[in-house]
Amino acid sequence: MTSTYSPDGSAHSGGARPGAARVPRWSVLGAATVLALGVQAVLALWVAPADANQGDAQRLMYIHVPAAWLAYLAFTVTAVASVLWLWPRTRSVKWDLVAGASAEVGVVFTALTLALGSLWGRPVWGTWWEWDARLTTTAVLLFLYLGYLALRRTGDSPDERGRRCAIAALIAFADVPVVHFSVTWWETLHQEATVFNPKLETNITGTMAWTLLWSVVAFTILYVYLVRSRTQLAEMQEGLEERELANAIAERIETGESAVTV
Amino acid sequence: MRLLREAVLVAGKDLRIEARSRVVFAQVLPFGGIVLVLFAFALDPDRGLLPRVAPGLFWIAVLLASLLAVSRAFAIEADNGARDGLRLSGIDPAAIFLGKTAAVVVELLALEVVLGAGVVILYDVRVTGGPALLLASLAATTGLAATGSVYGVLAAGLRARETLVPLLVLPFVAPVMLGGTRAFEAALGGVTSEAWPWVELLGVFALMATTIGVLVFGPLLEES
Amino acid sequence: MPVASIRSAVCLLGRFPALAGADLEVDDGEIVLLSGPNGAGKSTLLRLIAGLVPLHTGSATVLGHDLARDRRGARRSLSLVGHETFCYDDLTVSENLRFAARSAGRSASAGDESLERLGLARVAGVQHSRLSAGQKRRLALAVAFARGPRLLLLDEPHAGLDADGREVLDGIVSAAPAEGRTVLIASHELDRARALAHREVAVVAGRTREVAAVPRRSSAP
Repeated sequence: MTSTYSPDGSAHSGGARPGAARVPRWSVLGAATVLALGVQAVLALWVAPADANQGDAQRLMYIHVPAAWLAYLAFTVTAVASVLWLWPRTRSVKWDLVAGASAEVGVVFTALTLALGSLWGRPVWGTWWEWDARLTTTAVLLFLYLGYLALRRTGDSPDERGRRCAIAALIAFADVPVVHFSVTWWETLHQEATVFNPKLETNITGTMAWTLLWSVVAFTILYVYLVRSRTQLAEMQEGLEERELANAIAERIETGESAVTV
Repeated sequence: MRLLREAVLVAGKDLRIEARSRVVFAQVLPFGGIVLVLFAFALDPDRGLLPRVAPGLFWIAVLLASLLAVSRAFAIEADNGARDGLRLSGIDPAAIFLGKTAAVVVELLALEVVLGAGVVILYDVRVTGGPALLLASLAATTGLAATGSVYGVLAAGLRARETLVPLLVLPFVAPVMLGGTRAFEAALGGVTSEAWPWVELLGVFALMATTIGVLVFGPLLEES
Repeated sequence: MPVASIRSAVCLLGRFPALAGADLEVDDGEIVLLSGPNGAGKSTLLRLIAGLVPLHTGSATVLGHDLARDRRGARRSLSLVGHETFCYDDLTVSENLRFAARSAGRSASAGDESLERLGLARVAGVQHSRLSAGQKRRLALAVAFARGPRLLLLDEPHAGLDADGREVLDGIVSAAPAEGRTVLIASHELDRARALAHREVAVVAGRTREVAAVPRRSSAP
């Protein structure tokens, strides 16, 4: 049964299904993502030269840097979408779903950034982990947003979840600069204690710079694709739940009417 | 003015409940104490490591205890529909936040005095730089209590809130852990001048957490 | 001006539509009975008016405050007596009442007056956790009363009260209009509640229906 409920209290069948989104199959964006990543792979693995000091290990940069960029982009988008949800004029379930989708992508790429940083650090620093300010901030960031995602899984009504999560996202976002500042400060105080600590940076010029730029663009397209797909999926779930709710209201009214006739 | 009066009312209520039930005194405090003892087991006392890492261990013990204190502060409101009562009372939510935070600050400061004495006795630490220690504790505790109150009300009424609150609070208060430990290290190491920047950081954090609480406690209380 | 005006209200408890298009109009000084079976939505309707449950769709205005935009505005001037006392286990009866009175912006003595009126003076110094079920019911009423409400929302107030307590309750409700209070009672004890009420509204499956005026017991032949 696909009945919808209207404010005048009548239940009727058929009509437009609320929230029924089109199932995405194959899209221009999807194709562009695959193409961009393919070109990135070729550029990063064959076209760009190996680094003079670090050799092939430096090629990790073409994933590590865009992944880190993507993580920060994703959390910024989560914060912006949360503001848009909280702002009464722009409030829409969609912003809550975008915030959630973006945070999910952000957490995955934060984890990837950390894993790659660690892999890259092994040959360069000689250790899996260095308490470098950026790496440490990113680690704290990962846990901040894991908490946010855990929170997203708890609420029940969309409105309740929306407010709670939007506020939580903004609080977490506000904490990031403070964490970064304190960690940087801590690192500078301990600088002299570190014997061998080259930064994960090389002199980037020519082909390497272009490859890196392309990688960032490719990852950004990937990000848009992932968030859009995830949001569409969430919208379909939301639409399904809305329809279930409309049915529940209609059913409840029917029970009331049959109770009177009996 | 009304804000202050209502905040005092809420803080007084929470502290009176603590005075009667002694949950923080009789449960959270011993918990902090055993954590200090267990640290000594983990870090062999013979190697002279304990006095050097004492500030960090102290703040970890306080941090863990603060999670319990906050959990208790919101468990009070979970019985007999008290949270509904609080929402219906008409008290300004900002005052509820300030009152509950103030009560937790008082409880934690008392706890820190006892745990601090424990650190001095158990870890063989010599106390220097009193004013820096005092101000660092005050600022750090305010930051911890305010953060705890924000996440406490955020998770109130949710399933699995007991496990959710620590996950939300701990990454957020990373700067407090860092600032409190460095400030204590500097003060106890006799270089108080190096402690002040960290005390400032703790002050900024406390201010930030308190501002956030004043702003968001109302909307969050409505959803709980 | 009506004290409460609810139109086509839909309220959700989780994903369940506890109210599915309820209407209610309550005038100043009225005593209105909400009747209906368990789970019909009486409690939710009262909680909606108290601003505890958000409005999903429809409109609701209580004491001049639009609940769709401001759920907090009306609270200081109303009291809800639900199934729970809203009290703290570790505080005494008197402490709980004083806190309730002061949190509504009144003096602590308003709490003491309420204590007397509900006949709780004997247990004033007893902690909430040690009260009997019947005493807790009285305390719930005393808490509501200590706030000096303009609108009194009573959810099954007779349940669990002893005979003496019921007399006290009925006295408070009957005196309400003269004291400038409006009362909404949700009750299963229809005879008792009908004797108090000016009119009756039936709540069935999340919607409301006006019940044809029932002659009051006092005016019956």
